[in-house]
Amino acid sequence: MSTQIPKQTEKADETAAETETDAPSKGDERRAEKRRRADERRRQREAEEAERAAADENTVELRVFRYDPDVEGKQEPRFDTFHVPFTKGMTVLDALMYARDSYDSSLTFRHSCRQAVCGSDAMFVNGGQKLACKTQIDELEEPIRVEPLPHAEVTKDLVVDMEHFYDQMEAVEPYFQTNEYPDGELEEQRQTRENREKIKMSTRCIWCSACMSSCNIAAGDNEYLGPAAINKAYRFAMDEREGEDVKQKRLEIIEQEHGVWRCQTQFSCTEVCPKDIPLTEHIQELKREAVKNNLKFW
Amino acid sequence: MSQSYNRGLIEDFSRWREFEAGMWAWIFHKFTGWVLIGYLFTHIAVLSTAIPASGAETAVLQAGNDVYTQTIVSLEGLLLVRVLEVGLLAVAVFHMLNGARLLLVDLGVGLESQDKSFYASLILTGAITVASVPTFIAGAF
Repeated sequence: MSTQIPKQTEKADETAAETETDAPSKGDERRAEKRRRADERRRQREAEEAERAAADENTVELRVFRYDPDVEGKQEPRFDTFHVPFTKGMTVLDALMYARDSYDSSLTFRHSCRQAVCGSDAMFVNGGQKLACKTQIDELEEPIRVEPLPHAEVTKDLVVDMEHFYDQMEAVEPYFQTNEYPDGELEEQRQTRENREKIKMSTRCIWCSACMSSCNIAAGDNEYLGPAAINKAYRFAMDEREGEDVKQKRLEIIEQEHGVWRCQTQFSCTEVCPKDIPLTEHIQELKREAVKNNLKFW
Repeated sequence: MSQSYNRGLIEDFSRWREFEAGMWAWIFHKFTGWVLIGYLFTHIAVLSTAIPASGAETAVLQAGNDVYTQTIVSLEGLLLVRVLEVGLLAVAVFHMLNGARLLLVDLGVGLESQDKSFYASLILTGAITVASVPTFIAGAF
């Protein structure tokens, strides 16, 4: 069902073996004949399978957004329908991979780890931002409509341009910085358990951009940092090891005009986050931090 | 990104179907807010008829023939105005209740049950509106 890499290497070996012997022996001919027949049988079996899949009730209907700016005739966006045989535990990504491997090799989408860690396959499934590898088919209504993430430029089929998202993530300096070092040169920078618990959820972000795509404010305001970037800022601003100076610097970044104050608590990001990060909660906490930072009573 | 690829009407419709509680709360809050602002200006317009009325003779005022009383009486005589008043109450009540909900959200209280508080404010708005109908509509028909 997947990329079928082992089969291809096998074939390559066989062709290499064939070119080595100049005159084909009787055995070679027999083997070639055998291979040809095996191929034929396999092809027949595949055709039968496809036929059965189409006739079988136990298939899922996928309606997949297609668009390819490079090919004339595919520049007009359209929906392609695929009937994929259902297997227990099948995810949307599994179904897409089956469709690509069995029906249309030009179907394009990003995926890598297939276990909700790499964050490359966030898609718009049945009208919601989902991680395709984490979304069970049997929990969805049919036909399943798969589209690229909204509010992002579509590059091809289900692939969107993530550059803007990455820019926003980098804007909050998503790496550990500190001016306060422990005494010994080889001493570790230890974090209290309580502090670790506080930032635990925010460290789970996999940069899939589902939240950014679901956010209505980010859609209308390109300069808005977006939920993911603010969550990243939270992760470091709340880390006690960074010290006061760095926290001050971080607060200055997030309390800008297009920082935390753009959030209007629609909770869309929190609803779609595949890692269940309480994004709105984190944004609200940073808002309170920003207020506390600037309020002075005298 | 605002210059997103235009995928046509299909996308917009599916978006509508998939709104979550928090998003509906936001939309209703915006809508009711604008309605209340609109009402505020008509309210000022109606009330300002009291300025010329204040210059009238005492006898005219007692007879209820001044501009202000006339305006109010003729407005309240319209069935449409009576119905709109019920709507206005619904809008104001929702805006207040959801405003209280947003206050809690800003304080970081009960963020996990924000959808439930939205539904609660909807139900409460409905109940108060229904309860107010006899008062507003009495004698209109």
